[in-house]
Amino acid sequence: MGFFFEVLIGGLLSGIMYSLVALGFVLIYKASGVLNFAQGAMVYFAALAVVGFMEKGAPLWLAIILAFVVMTLFGIATEKFVLRKMVNQPPIALFMATIGLAFFVEGLAPLLFGNSVRPLDLGLVDEPIPAILESFNIVVSRFDLTAAGLAAVLVVVLALFFQYTRVGRALRAVADDHQAALSIGIPLQHIWALVWTVAGFVALVSGLLWGSRNGVQYALTFTALKALPVLILGGFTSVPGAIVGGLIIGASEKLAEIYIPPVMQSVFEGNFGGIEGWFPYVMALLFLLVRPEGLFGEKHIDRV
Amino acid sequence: MARQIGEVILDLRNISLRFGGVKALSDISFDVREHEIRAIIGPNGAGKSSMLNVINGVYRPQEGEIIFHGEHRRDMNTHAAAAAGIARTFQNIALFKGMSVLDNLMAGRNLKMKSHFIQHALWWGPAKREELENRKKVEEVIDFLEIEHIRKTPVGRLPYGLQKRVELGRALAAEPKMLLLDEPMAGMNVEEKQDMCRFILDVNDQFGTTIVLIEHDMGVVMDISDRVVVLDYGRKIGDGVPDEVKNNPEVISAYLGTQH
Repeated sequence: MGFFFEVLIGGLLSGIMYSLVALGFVLIYKASGVLNFAQGAMVYFAALAVVGFMEKGAPLWLAIILAFVVMTLFGIATEKFVLRKMVNQPPIALFMATIGLAFFVEGLAPLLFGNSVRPLDLGLVDEPIPAILESFNIVVSRFDLTAAGLAAVLVVVLALFFQYTRVGRALRAVADDHQAALSIGIPLQHIWALVWTVAGFVALVSGLLWGSRNGVQYALTFTALKALPVLILGGFTSVPGAIVGGLIIGASEKLAEIYIPPVMQSVFEGNFGGIEGWFPYVMALLFLLVRPEGLFGEKHIDRV
Repeated sequence: MARQIGEVILDLRNISLRFGGVKALSDISFDVREHEIRAIIGPNGAGKSSMLNVINGVYRPQEGEIIFHGEHRRDMNTHAAAAAGIARTFQNIALFKGMSVLDNLMAGRNLKMKSHFIQHALWWGPAKREELENRKKVEEVIDFLEIEHIRKTPVGRLPYGLQKRVELGRALAAEPKMLLLDEPMAGMNVEEKQDMCRFILDVNDQFGTTIVLIEHDMGVVMDISDRVVVLDYGRKIGDGVPDEVKNNPEVISAYLGTQH
């Protein structure tokens, strides 16, 4: 039983890492009603900025602050040069713009900060926490636990922000209808710049954690792909949904990886490893059939 | 109690608006007096909605001048218009469909709420008081429009006529000085039209709100408006009290066609 819990907890904690990336998507989706194709590129960009500044001699804390400044400028620039031309355009046009943005960022980032694979040391060690190991005989990584704690804080703050603040309501209003939002005096430009900056900040946090786990490299852009099943499960418009979705995906993929292959092997001959690579997508697919708006998504009803 | 029609508060002078080679409005001037109900009529494509869009700053005219409450402007922008007390509704309902009626109306008070978003996030002190005060105002609007029963319903689920009413509610929530209504009665049945007429007249009467409206139902227009301006192909062809406009030969020919 101890082993089961170890796998479950490991899965939940790594799920939080997916949630973090998914959170970036949710923010932009809530404010502009589009899936931001460039979210993965932003994670890569932010992580690369941190190691880039550290190579130039900045200490970690300074590099993180500088990277945040870079992401803020990036958010403002995106609003000014990309989104401002897109007011009152259909969501698909905005979506296409984010694809272009993704390619642009993926090209720009290595140009500014170099493209070799580099380690990122946050001073967090990926080792079991002794106290838990002793009393419960379960391995829980210190790194994973810290990451989960960070993500939890971010999520609570953002969820409160969206649900209960004037700006949060303005964000939801903008996502729903640009023209109507403008007519009640919501400054679309500020809202978009703000939300892209916050999404940039979330990308920075996920870039730091993913970068320190897997190394800072181009493959960071693919973390975005891991966020998709999380979004489908949790709903594109829900901050808590991103978290619950991440937890479910993380736990189920790890449990599937451990417990499904032996069963498969006893029925069919052969090797059935690597299930965690595709399991989340199959889950998402099944989920789409049952509840297309996700667990916490807003259900839109269209009249015919 | 009879309403007092006051001074000119909105004066549009020589407005011309082009989209590339298409002239949407050419050299249009008219004014709106305080507390009056001013109708803009004309055949489809006459430039009526463009005119409203110029007034609340969605479109920027190439030529002309807008004077609102004595303030001269080359053009409006949406934020300034909303801040100056101009609210509007749209021809094709523009509501926040995923949000509840209450949230839609609260969003309408966006500019009335000043506290910092960090205070808001913490639901703290002034922010809390402000939210409650605004909520009270919104409840008044809800009472006024008789939509108490749907307060928590997501707007997308409501029937068309009620959505139109909620949209009016969102505009009213901002306590506007001037209300721009773009075909508030389009697609409604007789009963819904009567309700909407009553609300418009009540708003005008009780709150003294100036109203500029576009409407195709001539019976309604001639009934409720104080003065009517008639557009055709982006030009102004008539302006005056309903009886005057009704008998204007140019207006009649625009609506019925000329004899050849």
